[in-house]
Amino acid sequence: MASIDVNGKEVEVDEEGYLVNLNEWTEDAAKILSAQDELELTDSHWEVINFLREYYEEYQIAPAVRVLTKAIGKKLGPEKGNSKYLYELFPYGPAKQACRFAGLPKPTGCV
Amino acid sequence: MEEGGGVTKKFLYVNRRAPYGSIYALESLEVVLIGAAFEQDVSLAFIDDGVYQLKKGQATDGIGMKNFSPTYNALGDYDINKIYVDKDSLEQRGLTLDDLMNLTWEDENENYAEKPSISLVNSEELAALMEQQDVVLSF
Amino acid sequence: MTLHTVNKSPFETNSLETCLRLVRSGHNVLLFEDGVYGASKGTRFENMLTEAMQNCKVYILLPDFEARGMQTDSLISGIETVDYTGFVDLVTASERVQSWL
Repeated sequence: MASIDVNGKEVEVDEEGYLVNLNEWTEDAAKILSAQDELELTDSHWEVINFLREYYEEYQIAPAVRVLTKAIGKKLGPEKGNSKYLYELFPYGPAKQACRFAGLPKPTGCV
Repeated sequence: MEEGGGVTKKFLYVNRRAPYGSIYALESLEVVLIGAAFEQDVSLAFIDDGVYQLKKGQATDGIGMKNFSPTYNALGDYDINKIYVDKDSLEQRGLTLDDLMNLTWEDENENYAEKPSISLVNSEELAALMEQQDVVLSF
Repeated sequence: MTLHTVNKSPFETNSLETCLRLVRSGHNVLLFEDGVYGASKGTRFENMLTEAMQNCKVYILLPDFEARGMQTDSLISGIETVDYTGFVDLVTASERVQSWL
């Protein structure tokens, strides 16, 4: 099993880079995972990552991208609740990539 | 996945098993969520021990299994808001609607008004509902 | 028309019971695998099946019945038998198939 080094602590990830153990997630883990994708996390990224973590906490699933987009729109406004904005932040797919940074499993229904 | 176009079919998922004793309930829920991407006309029915899936207050810490009951609350986000519970099955188990989770959905056309997703149905209503479907999937 | 299939013994699960409660007039019911145990005379499900057959047809998959040592003379009267081809014919003649697992 692969792993990433988070401040000297070994954190396991699966073959697609998602954390194996959700509660091993830290903000530093998110930074390391995003650095692997050559992405620097800004406040806008954190807004989405934190939203995903709250969604998971409440519903025990990572939302599908359609659901995420709608929910972000409702919570953070229409200028953020659209694919263009979210794909600009997370070029590999807002649900897939942001969930990985958030330490969540890949959204149900994503292939 | 597929958006717009295509033919919309009526899908009914029939759930008849309790949540933790077998994998059926969780599998059904996953198929429902995955299937939601195809934007079909989806309904869920809970019959026999299936009604236990919607029981309030599930706490699985003690059995070391994931409590997936909160996920039913997300169904509204996935535009799944037709959830039918068999009245007879509920009554036979000494339960009422109040014992079940309060599942809701938000109506975008009415300023996100929260509306209940669960309807209690009798045998005749359930039989009629099944007969309207293009596809019935059993779990 | 709906084809309802039941593959569990009625003594093990209530699939047959719930199926017969929710079956509509003109539908077909096919018992196969352990479901065929419900088709024998003298069980506590006989009345339920006989009553259901006033509005719908009940079939069993004969190979499953025979495999379990049951003879057709012990079938509840009115129940018809089909082979695998007959099973397929029932499916193709139906608008939908609903399995009672």
